Amino acid sequence: MSLRALIAAATLVLTARQSSSDVPHRITGDVQRGQQTIVRLECGVCHVIPGIPGARGRVGPSLAAYRRNVYIAGRYPNLPEVLVRFVRDAPSLAPDTAMPSIAMSEREARDIAAYLYSLE
Amino acid sequence: MSEMRLPSALHAAPGSGAELLSELGLVLYCGAGIIFIVVVALALHATFAKPSPAGTRAWIVGGGIVFPLLTLFLLLNYTLAVGSAVAALESGTALQLLLDCFGIDAQKRIPPPSPGTMRVHVIGKQWWWEVRYEIVRGDTSTAVLANELHLPVGEPVELLLTTTDVIHSFWVPSLAGKVDMIPGRTNRLILRANTPGLYRGQCAEYCGGQHALMALYVKSQPRREFETWLQRQARSVTRPDDAFLLAGYEAFFKGTCPDCHTVRGTPATGKSGPDLTHVGSRYSLAAGTLRNHVGTMAGWIAGAQDIKPGNAMPDSEIYTGRELRALAAWLGSLE
Ligand code: HEC
Ligand code: HEC
Ligand SMILES: [Cu+2]
Repeated sequence: MSLRALIAAATLVLTARQSSSDVPHRITGDVQRGQQTIVRLECGVCHVIPGIPGARGRVGPSLAAYRRNVYIAGRYPNLPEVLVRFVRDAPSLAPDTAMPSIAMSEREARDIAAYLYSLE
Repeated sequence: MSEMRLPSALHAAPGSGAELLSELGLVLYCGAGIIFIVVVALALHATFAKPSPAGTRAWIVGGGIVFPLLTLFLLLNYTLAVGSAVAALESGTALQLLLDCFGIDAQKRIPPPSPGTMRVHVIGKQWWWEVRYEIVRGDTSTAVLANELHLPVGEPVELLLTTTDVIHSFWVPSLAGKVDMIPGRTNRLILRANTPGLYRGQCAEYCGGQHALMALYVKSQPRREFETWLQRQARSVTRPDDAFLLAGYEAFFKGTCPDCHTVRGTPATGKSGPDLTHVGSRYSLAAGTLRNHVGTMAGWIAGAQDIKPGNAMPDSEIYTGRELRALAAWLGSLE
């Protein structure tokens, strides 16, 4: 196989994967652990979150179908690294936000982001 | 607050009244189980064995009269013994004899209150518990808090239980049986735990819509630790220096919070809601409903009606996002 053919094949494979699974929303985090962390930190006092028992808060926006959101909080591109930062420390991005910075580890924030991206 | 490790409510704390009650329960269940098996065996025997008139009368008199009389007599006395052992009664010879018969030694008994016994008022409210420590050594002020009780390990503490609205029932299954809180009356309960631990209690008498969200925590801790805690709970707070916390302090007075809440050391002297002077040190918010961190604090202030619909605290919707965060941070800093 020539180099050209290889590149063409690789491009094909990559673009094919891209269209099927929203590349920008891929993140290394554990969806199930993320769900448990959301329950433990009680994000549901402020948000409606599908799959989280009792999460019916109205202080913040609903997080249903979060995978499809284009902007985080209507302002920041919905990219994994941005979401992780927002979940962990929203005021550092948006100083006037009502969402507090809740103590959690980087890994916990990644797991949470992974869970949110699992919400279709 | 850090991680909470709660034992199962079925676990009776060593040295508590619950320990005696749980032994009593065990005896009753096992005894009933054995009797059940014997009765079933006899019924099967009567059904399938060849009839033999020999000894019929003995079976009837023995099994129908002597056995139940003896068993019930013993059980009744055992139950009375346990009941008096956990009821903090004054010692008497007859009582002592009864306890000795069932091997309930003096150490296991919950002692009657003496002049030195610490007293704590616990007042049931829809749907939370007010807790008032009567005297803090070396200080004349009282320590008032909510939804949380601390006890020094191994020492009996007398609770004076009452209510300002409807009937509630104070129940910490790991420590003692239920005691009702009745309007116009003060009921007493002596609690003791011989090992350090954290226990969960629950209102055990239906008291309205959010009865299920009316829980509390009881912590038993070494005497030294307990005293430090109590001294701190009795202290007042001062205006914060930090600019962000100060914004939170001001937000508190911008809202209606001081109408219902007291923060000792500030102009807030409201009485209808929990004293918030040291709310940041508590295990939970809203009577065991939420863990206590800046997120739940802010969520509760802005959305109390979503979390505990119908409770007396309104949602606060006047704050900017930053004010809400600052208010939650200031309250959280009151440890
Ligand atoms: C005190 C209430 C509160 C708590 C607690 C809270 N949030 Fe939020 N959250 C908000 C508010 C308000 C916004 C809107 C922020 C903005 O627009 O600046 C928000 C926004 C968000 C967003 C962006 C939503 C969007 O529309 O793009 C995500 C994601 C989010 N929160 C996740 C979480 C997670 C995960 C937790 C728990 C760790 C949590 N939040 C806890 C109030 C809260
Ligand atoms: C109309 C009276 C009222 C007002 C106004 C009010 N609260 Fe409350 N608050 C209550 C009551 C009652 C409770 C207990 C609710 C429960 O647990 O059922 C409570 C509970 C709380 C708690 C939880 C305390 C604990 O130990 O669990 C906090 C924190 C709190 N309020 C803060 C505030 C703040 C901040 C404001 C102002 C924005 C405010 N409250 C305004 C009545 C009020
Ligand atoms: Cu109740």
